[in-house]
Amino acid sequence: MPDIYVNNYVIVAIFLFLGVLLPVATVSFIGRFLRPNNPTPEKLTTYESGNNPIGGSWVRFNVKYYIFALLFVIFDVETLFLYPWAVAFNKLGLFALVEMVIFIVLLVIGLVYAWRKKVLEWS
Amino acid sequence: MTDLLQQSTSLWNVSMFIVAAVVLLLVVLFFVTYAIYFERKVIGWMQLRTGPNRVGPLGLLQTVVDVTKLLLKEDTRPKDADKALYALAPVLAYAPAFAVLAVMPFSETIQFADLGIGVLYYMALSSITVLGVITAGWASNNKYSLIGGMRSAAQMISYEVPLVMSVLGVILMTGSMNLREIVEAQRDIWNVIPQILGFCVFIVAAQAELNRTPFDLPEAESELVAGYHVEYSGFRFAMFMLAEYVYMFGMGSLVTILFLGGWLAPFGLDFLPIPGIVWFILKFLLYVFFQFWIRATMPRFRADQLLPFAWKGLLPIALVNILITAVVISFQNGTL
Repeated sequence: MPDIYVNNYVIVAIFLFLGVLLPVATVSFIGRFLRPNNPTPEKLTTYESGNNPIGGSWVRFNVKYYIFALLFVIFDVETLFLYPWAVAFNKLGLFALVEMVIFIVLLVIGLVYAWRKKVLEWS
Repeated sequence: MTDLLQQSTSLWNVSMFIVAAVVLLLVVLFFVTYAIYFERKVIGWMQLRTGPNRVGPLGLLQTVVDVTKLLLKEDTRPKDADKALYALAPVLAYAPAFAVLAVMPFSETIQFADLGIGVLYYMALSSITVLGVITAGWASNNKYSLIGGMRSAAQMISYEVPLVMSVLGVILMTGSMNLREIVEAQRDIWNVIPQILGFCVFIVAAQAELNRTPFDLPEAESELVAGYHVEYSGFRFAMFMLAEYVYMFGMGSLVTILFLGGWLAPFGLDFLPIPGIVWFILKFLLYVFFQFWIRATMPRFRADQLLPFAWKGLLPIALVNILITAVVISFQNGTL
């Protein structure tokens, strides 16, 4: 049994390694011998519809994105709790069902609050 | 593969794993080449055009030539960009796309890692791609790419929640996150019938996760030029495109396994001497064709409709699906 376990994660490591290797090898090594390299100042300017870029783009940004990220964190953690519950559901019986209904209802209240506060709108 | 998994870890079976993984990589690259070709061809036919037909017989070498062109193109990097992050972003986007394939059981015998947490592994790794997208958007120091990257990140994280939740119904019915056990549990009836609600949510959310029509706003060429990869050229750009199509491969496999019965034969046809992998490929190609079909049919969502749809539409449906499944299972077990 431990052999299967080790083998499984060796395979995962191989896949991750190959996934990193392909872009690194093609862009940094193979590509270097194949592609021309002639950077001129015009080529290196930032694209802005043919005009010279005005200011940088590392500026303050719409806070809406941050609120969606917060909502995502809350609900993603909720799903993380739901996964083990779903796997063990058959063994836990009625208690687990009631427990999880309470948990989901609490989060739905949060969702309804965000809904009523018009956080979910995009305007 | 299954025998090799049982043996103790040695140089021999690790090198066999590497060979098998490289073979899968080549298969995936072949799939991507011809998925792009057939995407253009099928959409062409649907719009009464011919599609690519110049390079090679019937245009079959079109994508090969396109990729070669990208490889031969100069690699420009704007001087205002953040050098390290600019180089990191394509790797961050592509590596998880390929790594998720490690857990896919393609048939009874063709499988790589047999993880007990298969579904969770897929979901966890595939969400790393968001980081690649947002890194690309930010590191380019371009206004279009920043807006595109932010939008794309907001879209992908918003649709990830219903996507992950819609799978919960399947896990409830199987009592396992192992993809092989999920397929075996569908011997009597495929999950697509009892989990029809979850299946619908999954298909829609998958479409948004893949950044494909009608959710292809990140690449809205008419408003954002190309979204987060405006400043990328040559093979770095190719890596983003490749990641997108490798995800289509991964998502197609996942849909087939979770809802369409994996390698099991449909309509009680299992007496036929057809290997499971053929059924798998047929179902998988059906999903891929569905993608092309949608792209030829649907217009693009508006940016202000996109996020409310995930939170107000899909998420409540996914939650209701979980509750219905849990209550029905409790009834069947006699605990309720």
